[in-house]
This record gives sequence, C-alpha cells and structure tokens, in this order.
Amino acid sequence: MPITDQELRELRGHAKQLRKDIIDVTFWAGGAHIGGALSLVEILILLYYKYLHIDPGHPDMPERDRFILSKGHAGVGFAPMLARRGYFDFELLKDFNKFNSPFGMHLDGNKVKGADVSTGSLGHGLSMAVGMALGARLKGRSWRTYCVLGDGECNEGSVWEAAMAAAHYKTTNLITFVDRNKYSVDGPTETVMGIEPFADKWRAFGFIVKEVDGHSYAALSQAIEEAQAETKAPVVIIAHTIKGKGVDFMEDDVRWHYGGLDSDKIVEAKRYIETAVIG
Amino acid sequence: MAVGLTWNVYDANTMTQAEIYGKVLCRLGEENKDIVGLSADLAKSTKIGEFAAMFPDRFFNAGVAEQNMFGMAAGLAKAGLIPFVSTMAVFTTMRAGEQVRTDICYQNLNVKIIATHGGISFGQAGTTHQCTEDIAITRAMANMTVIVPADGIECANAVRACLDINGPVYIRIGRGFEPNCYTTDAYGFEIGKAVEMNPGTDITLICCGITVLQALEAARVLEKSAGISARVINMHTLKPLDGEIIRKAVAETRRIITFEDHNIYGGLGSAVAEVIAEYGKSCAFARVGLPDCFSLVGYPEDLYSHYKLDADGIIEKVKEVMGKDFEDDDSWEDGF
Repeated sequence: MPITDQELRELRGHAKQLRKDIIDVTFWAGGAHIGGALSLVEILILLYYKYLHIDPGHPDMPERDRFILSKGHAGVGFAPMLARRGYFDFELLKDFNKFNSPFGMHLDGNKVKGADVSTGSLGHGLSMAVGMALGARLKGRSWRTYCVLGDGECNEGSVWEAAMAAAHYKTTNLITFVDRNKYSVDGPTETVMGIEPFADKWRAFGFIVKEVDGHSYAALSQAIEEAQAETKAPVVIIAHTIKGKGVDFMEDDVRWHYGGLDSDKIVEAKRYIETAVIG
Repeated sequence: MAVGLTWNVYDANTMTQAEIYGKVLCRLGEENKDIVGLSADLAKSTKIGEFAAMFPDRFFNAGVAEQNMFGMAAGLAKAGLIPFVSTMAVFTTMRAGEQVRTDICYQNLNVKIIATHGGISFGQAGTTHQCTEDIAITRAMANMTVIVPADGIECANAVRACLDINGPVYIRIGRGFEPNCYTTDAYGFEIGKAVEMNPGTDITLICCGITVLQALEAARVLEKSAGISARVINMHTLKPLDGEIIRKAVAETRRIITFEDHNIYGGLGSAVAEVIAEYGKSCAFARVGLPDCFSLVGYPEDLYSHYKLDADGIIEKVKEVMGKDFEDDDSWEDGF
C-alpha cells in the first residue's frame, strides 16, 4: 500500500525525533558511530513504524517479526528507536556506555528489550538471520526476519557465505537491506576495498536486488512490499544513503563515521535537523 | 594380486566406533523435534550424516563455510530450535571461533557443538587438520561447557546429557577410530564430575579423551611390574572442572601427571595446575601433551607413541615423576 500523506508527515516527524535523539545519545555516550546511524534513520523508521509486526509491550511475543542490525555499530540509532517505540524508558539512555549500563556501543540482545540478537562484530548478522528464517520455516511460523547490513561490512567474507546459504535455502521470509552510505572507517568504500559492482555481486549470489534511495519512504516502502511478496528468491534492498544524513556538517564526510559533540555543536546539529525535510 | 585396501569416504562410516554418536543423535531427534543438525560439508566424516539421512528437513549443510554455519546455528537457536553442529575441531574453534564465541557463547544460546578430529587424531592430515588448541580456546569462552569424552560410549552419554544444559556445549572427539575404554554406558556419567577409573595411592594420572584408556593400561603394568599404585581419573569435563577430585588427589597421592592430546598450554594440564596452585599444597606435578609444538605427520598411534601419550610413554613418565621430590608439609591433614 502506498504511503499516505498523513503517514508521510508522521514518519518524517518520527525521523526528525530520532535524528535529534541520535545527537543526544551521542553526547551522553561521549562519542558514537553517528554518521552510519544517521544514514540508517529512514530504514529504521519505516520498519519500526510501518512494517515490523511487533508489540513493544510483549518484546518476546513468539509471532513477532525479527530484526537484526548486522551493522551493530549503529546502536546509537537503534537504542533510541527502541525507546521511542516503547520498549523502555528513553531516559535510561543517559547512561549509555557508562558503568554497568545495559546500553553499550553495540547492543546486547540479552540486556536490551527489543534487540533480538547481539551484534557488533561485522559479518555476523546475516548468518544469524538466515538461521532464524530457516527456524521460522521449520516451525511453520509466518514471522519474517529483517536484517540490515552496512556496505563496509560487505568486505567480510562471512556475509557472502550467508548470502550463498540464503539463496541456496531460498529464505524468502528474510528481507535483507544494505545501508549503502559509501564509507567505512578509513574512507570511501571504493578506495578502502571496492565492493562494486555491488548489485551484480548480490545477483550472482542468487538474490533479487532492489536499488532504491534509502532516504525515500516511497521507494523503500515499494521495495519492502515487493520483497514481502517475493517467493522465487531472497531479496536484498540496496539502500543508497548519505552518511551523516540530516546534519549538514556531517553529510558525506567520513570524519563523522565516529565522533562526539559539544553543546554548541549539538545546538547547531539540531537546528539543521529541524529545518531539513527528508524522505 | 592387489596390495592395500580399497575404501571410500562412504565406507568410512562402517569402519568407525564413534558412529555411535550419530545413532544417539538420531534417537534424540526422534524424541525431540526441535533438534536440528548442521555440518559444513563434513556430514559423513562427522557422523551427523546419519541424522541428516533420517531427518533431511531438519539438517542443514552449510557447505564449506564454517563461519556462516555457526551463525546460522545461533539464528536457529534464537528461533527455538536446538542445533547440533558438527565439523572438525580446528575449523570450529579457529576458522569460526568468533562466531562460536560471539554469536553462541555471548548470547548464551542452546547450541551443541560436536567437534571432531580433535588433537592429533587425524595425524596423517598434518597441522592444518589437527587441533591442539581447542580446549584452551573453548575453556576461555564464558558460558561454554567443555567435554572431552574418553571414547564413543562416553561421547554418547555426553550427547545425551548436554541436552540438560540450556546453553552452549562443546564436545570434542577424535576421528572415530579410537578404541573404547568403557564396556557399558551405565557408569553414572555426569557433566562436571570426573570418574575415578582405577584406585591408586602413589600417583594420580589425570586424563581426558584417548589418554584415559592408555593410562588404564599403564596403571595395570605399573602395579604388576613396579608395584606402583596409580590412580587414573577420567576428567571428561574440562569446564566446569571437578576441582574436588584434584584436591583429593593432591592430598592422597602427592603426585599428579596430566595426559592430553592437546598443547600443554591452556588445556587439561593447565586447568589442573590452576586448581593445584589455588589449593596451595605442594605436590610433584607434570604435564604431558604436545610440548608447545605442531605435531609431526603420521598415523595417530605412532604420534601418540612419539609424544608419550601411549601406555609406554605414560609408564616412562610415571617412573620419572615418582623420583621427583616435593616439599613436605607437616601441618597437612592427610585424608583430605
């Protein structure tokens, strides 16, 4: 179903809030993977407010859809997303990274309500997602597994082992995203370790590929609904995004892969977030 | 007239004694529909292939891709299934070591790992397929239970018992050609509780895996030929370790040697040494295993002989340690 104007207004509002939350949590955390969290916002918002079958009041509901943030570094975006969706009190995030907090840089699924798995080490999420999808099928369950990878993460050989297995076992109850923000820590992906022709690689591994603007709700939404209906092969949605999206001085600047913000910069960042219309 | 033996990888199943593990898994699979199996193109040589043949829908071959296999196992466990994963120990603990540690142990998932070809049991394959580090590695993984069965019968017991633990278990076996030292499975196997296989008062031989049988033979010879009374302990569980049986051995025999098909660093010998050191009472002590080297190539029996892990080597080492001094402590209350 196409996104209505009303939905669009709400999604944009949620996204604006999440971007401001990312700025706040980065401050409380003392520093975070801010660029890759900001590039992910529209994907998270769309999944958590429109597509995931979840009940935050019952985080372990057996029939819930599963979500795996394979690019676990974006915990600074994932944690406030879960808080805003009602899994836990947002104020708890003031302890992010602090002694004995349930919230560290990479979320621990055994400690954080709503986080289905623990991630952080790159190249692990898609394998677990394939296992979950196989498990759902074996148990005759209709829930889906959604998994978001980073593009730099796709340097990991294990991603391609998992891709091979997903295609082999035809896990069409798994929907994979790649947040293609074009940078890893050391620089542009194509300079550090090129992954292009990226879509062709996924096709060669047996996936149906959908390349979309990862900040467009309409484009993402269409791709997700097509992926949900797909029965021939697993789908990967390559979401072309901008690292640091939504904060002008961070956009497309690899220095903001990871960083911290003082109070002046926080004001500046939030001012830009308030004015920008995204998606 | 042909010389040699014609056989192929399929026939290997009928040549092994450890196929008992595959059969036990099949029985468990009948009892518990949540059990699933995984292997990485080694279903036949790890015996999990029997489960695969019986429950084709519940078996997933990951192909030659161990990292993905252990990740998939974690995902299956998250979906409420009980994965039994089988591949060689070397690929389990090193190629896929991070998946085992981060995906399975960190999340404390109910995944059972049957790691084959442990130690130098596949001696002819060389270092690439041997694994003399896995006990050290898995012992250091929090949440992991580590079991090294003495033979196929004990392996069957371990495979059954590991289902009572809701968490990761690492069961390390050999290649499957190892002779049995038990004649029955009804000897009271309990995870975390070592078994005294032979009573003794002069020295204690603490063993795991293939060295248990060798130590029993050595103990018989030592008793008869040299009048040395050697206690033999089967330390089948490396974690959690049975510290009580070790402290009792320190107090009662004052001499201990460990024998393991593993590097002397980090494995059984180290684990026992930790208990002795923390106990604070002295005893003569030695570790026998791979002396921090990669093994020579060869058939296992020749290698075990070379590294003093067979009965003759054990006898030689016992005689050496019997001559060692240890500090007497008059304040000891013998009898533990």
